[in-house]
Amino acid sequence: MNAETLLNPFSLFFASIITSNILLSNFLGMCSFIAISKDSSSSNGLGMAVTVVLTVTTAINWLILHHVLIPLDLVYLRFIVFIVSIAAVVQMLEMIIDRVSQALYLNLGIFLPLITVNCAILGVSLFMEIRQYTLLQSVIYGLGSGLGWWLAIMLLSAIRKKTEKSKVSPALQGPGLTMITIGFMAMAFIGFSGMLAVQ
Amino acid sequence: MSSPKEIMRENLWTNNPIFMQILGICSALAVTNLMINTLIMTLGVVFVTAMSNLTVSLMKSLIPRKVRMIVQTLIIAFYVIIVDILLRAYLPDISRALGPYVGLIITNCIIMGRAEAFAQSNPPVLSLWDGVTSGMGYMGVLMTIAFVRELLGFGTVLGFPVLPSGFEPWIIMVTPPSAFFLLGIIIWIGKTIMNKEGATA
Repeated sequence: MNAETLLNPFSLFFASIITSNILLSNFLGMCSFIAISKDSSSSNGLGMAVTVVLTVTTAINWLILHHVLIPLDLVYLRFIVFIVSIAAVVQMLEMIIDRVSQALYLNLGIFLPLITVNCAILGVSLFMEIRQYTLLQSVIYGLGSGLGWWLAIMLLSAIRKKTEKSKVSPALQGPGLTMITIGFMAMAFIGFSGMLAVQ
Repeated sequence: MSSPKEIMRENLWTNNPIFMQILGICSALAVTNLMINTLIMTLGVVFVTAMSNLTVSLMKSLIPRKVRMIVQTLIIAFYVIIVDILLRAYLPDISRALGPYVGLIITNCIIMGRAEAFAQSNPPVLSLWDGVTSGMGYMGVLMTIAFVRELLGFGTVLGFPVLPSGFEPWIIMVTPPSAFFLLGIIIWIGKTIMNKEGATA
């Protein structure tokens, strides 16, 4: 952990969106990323849902970690505790959104169950623990990672719309081509890493 | 019901979790820059898949249908914690290098997928075997990627230098994009062979 990211929440925020994009440099959240990016309006909904859930769960998991698990010396149980708290948060969000806005529920709600098994959510909580972020840093990191994931899935769904029509070898069609496309995207994003980095 | 041999063929090749189903790549790609990390990580996955399949299969009549997802997740988390504690105790360096990715085995879709699709409706021993072979299919692809990345990125195989000293390491092989390219290429090769097999069969 370097002193610069400790001092500067803005660099942490931008780094987690671009140079340390949770998807393109940490490979998290790939499963739903590949399945959903076929369709851009679903991508948008899922991206939004991931951003909301990431911000909320990272904060809650931070509180649980520092106020329950560490004082009780139960840190080895963190995997179970984190995944249960994520499942609970997702369930609650689903109920709240259902009550508050029907339109938002239709856009966002159907993606929420998918999110519990999205590796990015658990991954961010684990990174937050390993890098020993403060509460503020965790929230910023969660929000930034979510926005970065959203950006990446929107970009990929746009590219996939184009590549669908191009003629490629049948064996490369679908997942193969998508992986190579993501590779190029990752190169573009990581190209900025000289400017900022979080580790 | 399929025989053990058929299950093995299916999980290792025709229904390989990675290149046919595109599952579980989340935690997969990040650890493939060094072969030794990949080996330990995938052994962990084999163990967790096998044991959680066995447990789910043994307990399937006890688990109410409505809560089975959360029960399966807890079973998986239990075995992942065991793997994590073992790694911390015996292989602290590798445990540090793998970082959060050991914990992320929990959300690896392969494990959940096998528990749901196979162990839920098959006898324990067959489920154990299914878990082992699914894990091996995963291991095979990841070790291939790790081999190429380590060879070209560091000029070594399992930490031993094999290429002549004049070899200039490819920096891209150490960075994340190469994992995507290699996986794309492996899927391409795998599907080409499979399409040919399909055409002759």
